[in-house]
Amino acid sequence: MSEHSKGHSSLGAYFGVFATLMVLTGVTVWAAYQHLGIWNTPVALGIATTKAVLVALIFMHLRSSPRLTALVVGSSVLFLAILIFITASDYFTRSWLPIYGR
Amino acid sequence: MASAPSHAAASAAPPELRHHFVDLAAQKEASSLGMWIFLVTEVLFFGGMFTAYAIYRETYRAAFEGASNLLDLRLGAFNTVVLILSSLTMALAVWAGQQGRRRLIVLFLLLTMALGATFLGVKVVEYKQKFDRHEVPGPHYVIPLDEETHQPLPRQSEMFFSLYFCMTGLHAAHMIIGIGLLTWLVARARRGEFTVRYNTPVDLVGLYWHFVDIVWIFLFPLLYLLGRHTL
Repeated sequence: MSEHSKGHSSLGAYFGVFATLMVLTGVTVWAAYQHLGIWNTPVALGIATTKAVLVALIFMHLRSSPRLTALVVGSSVLFLAILIFITASDYFTRSWLPIYGR
Repeated sequence: MASAPSHAAASAAPPELRHHFVDLAAQKEASSLGMWIFLVTEVLFFGGMFTAYAIYRETYRAAFEGASNLLDLRLGAFNTVVLILSSLTMALAVWAGQQGRRRLIVLFLLLTMALGATFLGVKVVEYKQKFDRHEVPGPHYVIPLDEETHQPLPRQSEMFFSLYFCMTGLHAAHMIIGIGLLTWLVARARRGEFTVRYNTPVDLVGLYWHFVDIVWIFLFPLLYLLGRHTL
C-alpha cells in the first residue's frame, strides 16, 4: 500500500487546485453561452467531471490513499453508470415499439 | 498494511487507540475507508435524482431549458465560488490538523462554516424569489413566461422546478448537517483534542464537505447553465 504523505508539501497543490477550479468555473459559464449544438451538455459535464476529479485527488487525498480506497470510489462510479444506463435504456427505447402504455 | 507495527509502539498504546486496532495508522485507515463507503452510498442517493433529471430533461427539453433560464445565474455562480473556496479552507483545516496546530484548525474550520452559511443564505434569497414569483411546484404554481419569447413555457417546466427544489434542497440539507459537524469539530479542536498523532475526525468531516462540494459542481451546470445557449 502507498505511503501516507504527511501533507507538508501539499499546500501549494491546494492553492493550485483552487485556482484551477475557479478558472474552470469561468470556462463552464462561458461555454454555456456558446452555440455548440449537441455538445453543450457534454462540454459542461466534462468540465464538471474534471473539477470533481481534482477535488477527489487533491482535496480528498485520493492520490495518496490506499488502493482499496480507489477501488471503493471506482465502484461508486461503476454503480452510478449502471443506474443511469439501465434506466436510460428503458426510457429512451420505449418509443421504438408501437404499443399502448409504452 | 505496509509494515507490521513494532511491539514497543503497541505496548505503549496511545489513549486514542481502540484496542481492536494494531496501531493508529490502521485505525485511521479503517475510519477513512468507512467514510468513503458512506460517500459511495451518497453518490447513489444523489445519483437517483441525477438520473431522474437526465431522463426528464431529455424528454421535455424545451421546458427544462426555458425553466433553467429563469434561475439567477449570478447567484448560482457566486455560490459556486463560495463553495469551492470553502473546500479550500476545509483542506487547509485538515492540513492544520495534520500538524496539530490548534489555532489554525479552529480558524480554518470557522472560515469554512462562515462560507457554508453564506452559501445557505444565498440559497434562501433564491428560494424566496421562486416563492414570490409562484415558480414553486404545487397548487400555486403559475406557468412562467419564456425569458426571450415571452410566451408561456410548456407545462412540464413545473417538473424542472420540482427537481430543482429536490436536488438543491437535499444538497442544502447536507450543507446544514456539514455545518453541524463543523461546529462539533470546532468545540473539540478548541479543547486541544486534535494533535499530530490523532486528527481523524477533521479528516473525515473534510471528506464529507468535499463530497458535498462535488455534488454542487455537477448541480451548477445542470440546473443553471443548460439552456443559456438558447438565449
